[in-house]
Amino acid sequence: MSLHLWIIPLLPLAGAAINGLLGKRFPKAVVNAIALGSTATSFLYALWVAVEFFGLPADQIPHIERYATWMTAGTFSAEYGIYLDQLSLVMVLIVTGVGFLIHVYSVGYMEHEGGYYRFFAYLNIFMFFMLTLVLANNYLLMFVGWEGVGLASYLLIGFWFLKDSAANAGKKAFITNRVGDFGFLIALFLLIKHFGNLQYDSVFKALTAYPVETSAGLLTAIGLLMLVGATGKSAQIPLYVWLPDAMEGPTPVSALIHAATMVTAGVYMVARSNAVFNRAPIALMAVAVIGTLTAIFAASIGILQTDIKKVLAYSTISQLGYMFMGCGVAAYGAGIFHLMTHAFFKALLFLSAGAIIHGLGGEQDMRHMGGLRRYMPKTFWCMTIATFTIAGFPPLAAFFSKDEILWKTWASGNRLLWLIGVIAAGMTSFYMFRLWFMTFFGEYREEITADKGHGHDGHNSHGEHGPAAPHESPMIMIVPLMILAVLSIAGGWVGVPAALGGSDHFDHFLDPVFSTYAPASANMQPASAEESGGQHEERGMELLLMGVSVAAAAIGFLGAWYLYYKRTDLPAKMAVAAGGLYTFVLDKYKVDEFYGATIIRPIILISTNVLWKGVDATLIDGALNESARGANDISDGLRHMQSGNIRSYAGWVAFGAAVVIAFMVWNGVR
Amino acid sequence: MVPLSYYLVLSAILFACGVAGFLIKRNIITIFMSIELMLNAVNLTFVAFAASLRALSGHVFVFFVMVVAAAEAAVGLAIIIAVFRTRETLNVDRVNLLKL
Repeated sequence: MSLHLWIIPLLPLAGAAINGLLGKRFPKAVVNAIALGSTATSFLYALWVAVEFFGLPADQIPHIERYATWMTAGTFSAEYGIYLDQLSLVMVLIVTGVGFLIHVYSVGYMEHEGGYYRFFAYLNIFMFFMLTLVLANNYLLMFVGWEGVGLASYLLIGFWFLKDSAANAGKKAFITNRVGDFGFLIALFLLIKHFGNLQYDSVFKALTAYPVETSAGLLTAIGLLMLVGATGKSAQIPLYVWLPDAMEGPTPVSALIHAATMVTAGVYMVARSNAVFNRAPIALMAVAVIGTLTAIFAASIGILQTDIKKVLAYSTISQLGYMFMGCGVAAYGAGIFHLMTHAFFKALLFLSAGAIIHGLGGEQDMRHMGGLRRYMPKTFWCMTIATFTIAGFPPLAAFFSKDEILWKTWASGNRLLWLIGVIAAGMTSFYMFRLWFMTFFGEYREEITADKGHGHDGHNSHGEHGPAAPHESPMIMIVPLMILAVLSIAGGWVGVPAALGGSDHFDHFLDPVFSTYAPASANMQPASAEESGGQHEERGMELLLMGVSVAAAAIGFLGAWYLYYKRTDLPAKMAVAAGGLYTFVLDKYKVDEFYGATIIRPIILISTNVLWKGVDATLIDGALNESARGANDISDGLRHMQSGNIRSYAGWVAFGAAVVIAFMVWNGVR
Repeated sequence: MVPLSYYLVLSAILFACGVAGFLIKRNIITIFMSIELMLNAVNLTFVAFAASLRALSGHVFVFFVMVVAAAEAAVGLAIIIAVFRTRETLNVDRVNLLKL
C-alpha cells in the first residue's frame, strides 16, 4: 500500500515555486493563500498519514516508498524514496505543524515589509527541504535536504540583504555550515566505500554484522565525522557561532529555522544513524560531551546578553546541547522528545519575542523594555508559559523531556555530565526569568513618544503606528502563540515517565527505531534495565534527581527575581565587581575574535598574499601575460619583414631559395 | 661535345646575374630585363638537359617558357607604360601607393 508520501514535501515546493516565480504580481491575499494553503494541506496530509501509520502492521514499519532511481554510477545507486518510521513521522508532524503556525504568524509580522512574496517563497522552500531531509530513505537525499535548509537559512537570514550585518550573518551561517557539511560528506563517502550504497535499510542491515568497536575504528570515524556535520547544522561547539548572528533574520525565521526545525537536523541525523553510533562508543561519548559542554557554555553566555533575540539564540544552542547529551548517552528517544517539546516552547518564545519587537516598533534591547505586561497582556501570558516551560517546572513540557535526558545521563553512569546539565538547567532558568522580569516587569524604560529609529530588526516601517505606546499584536499573531502555548503545556504529557505514574508512551513509541538495529551484545536500552530489577530503588533515585533539577530551576528563578525585580540596582554593581570576567562573558568569551584570529585572519592572509598575489596574480596571470607579451614581441619582429618593399621580398625569396639549394647540395654531398 | 656541366654553370651564372639585377636595380625596365634573363637561364638548363638526356619534353618546356615570356613582356611593358604615364617615373621605390 502506498501512502503517497511524496505529496508532503512537494506541496510546499509547489507553493514556493508559484510564489517565488509569479508572486511579485500577486496581491498579499493570494500569496497568503498559496503559502499557507500549501503548508496547511501538507500538515493535514501528514496528520492523515499519521493515522494510517498507526494502522500499519508492525512488519510494515518502516514504511518505505521508492519512486525512481536518481542516479547510478557503477555499483552505486541512489533513489528517490521515502522512509517513514516513528522517528520521521514525529519530525514530519513537528515540521509541518510548527511550520504552519509560524506561517500564520508571519502573515501578521511581515505585513508591513517589502518582499512579502519572497519571504513566503523562502519559508515554503525551507519546508520542502526540511521535509526532504527527514523523509529521505537514503543519506544522499537527506544530504540534499541538509544542504537545502542551509540555503533556505542563508536566504532568510539575509532577507534584509541591504543591511550589511544581515548579509554578513547569512554568509557566516552558510560558510560555518559548510565546514560541518564537509565532515558529513566524508562520512557519506566512507559509508559508500564500505557499504556500497547509502540506503538506510541496507546500510543499517549491513551494520548489524559489525561488533561494537571498543577502540577507534571505521564506525568511530564515521560517527565522529557525522558529529562534525551535526555540530554545524545544530549549532554545537565549535561551530555554533553562526546561530546568534542568524538573529539578523526576521523573527519568524528565527523561530522556524533557528529554533524549531532546521537546527534539529543534526539531532535527527544522529538519532537516525543510531545504528552507527551504538557501535561506536567513542563517537557516542563525543556527542554527549560536546552536547553537555555546549549546554552550559551557551547558557552562561545567555546570562549576560541584552538583546532579547540573542538570549533566545543562546538558549537554543544550550537546549540543542541537551538533545545531543540525550543522544550521546544512547537515549535517542529522550533526545527526540526534547526536540519535540523544544520545538513547541522555543517557537513560542521566539514568536512572543517577535510580538514584543513588533509591538515596540523594532526594539530588541531588553534594557529599553520593562513593564510590558500592562501593554501586551496576551503576549505576556504566552511568554510566561514558555518561560516556565523552558525553565523546567512541572508539569510543563520541558520538565518531562529535560528530566528524561538528565535521568538517562545519570543512569548511563555519566554523573559529571549530569551535574553540568543540572547547573546549565539552573542557568537556563536564571537567564529566562531575567528576560521575563526585564521585559514585562518594572516600569517601561523608554519615553512613550521616543523615536525608535534605531531598531535592529529592520522593522521600522510601521507608518501607521509611529513611535506610539507599545501595543498588542494582531490576532493573527496571537492565535499561533496560544496554540503553541497549549502545546508547550501539554506536549510533555505524552512522555510522562514511569516514576511519576505515567507510561513513558513517547519513548515506547520511538523504541522500534532505536532497537531494531541495536548491537545484539550490548544492552543499550536503559528502559529494560529499569524494568528488570531494583526497580523501586531506581524510581526513588529518578524522583530525587527530578527534585534536584526542579530545585535548580527554582534557584534560577529566585536569583533572577532578586536581581532583576527586587534589587534592580545590584546587577550593575556586580558587573563592576566582576570586572574583566563580566566583559569577557559579555563578549561571548571572545570566541568570534578567537576564530577570527586563528582561522579567518590566517586564511585571509594566505589567500591575499599567497593565493591571490602569489599564485593568481604572479603565477597564473603572469604566465598568461608573459606569453601574450612574447607573442606580441615575436609578431613585432616578424612585422618588419613585411616592409612593402618588393625588392626586399625578392631578396627573401632568393635567400630562401639559396637555403633550399644549399640544403639539397648538402644532402647530395652526404 | 661540350659537357653538360658547362651549360649548367653558364646557366647558373646567368641566373645569378638576373637575381642580382632584380635585387639591385631600381629602374623597372632593368628589373624586367633581369627577369627575362632568369627565364632564359632556366631555358638554357632545360635544353641542355634535354639534349644530354635525349628527352623531348625539355624542348617542349622551353617553347612554353618562351611563349609565357613573350606574353609577359607584352603585358608587363604595357603596365610599365601605363605606370610611367601616370607617375612619370620608372623608379620602383616610388611606385609604392599600396605600401602601408
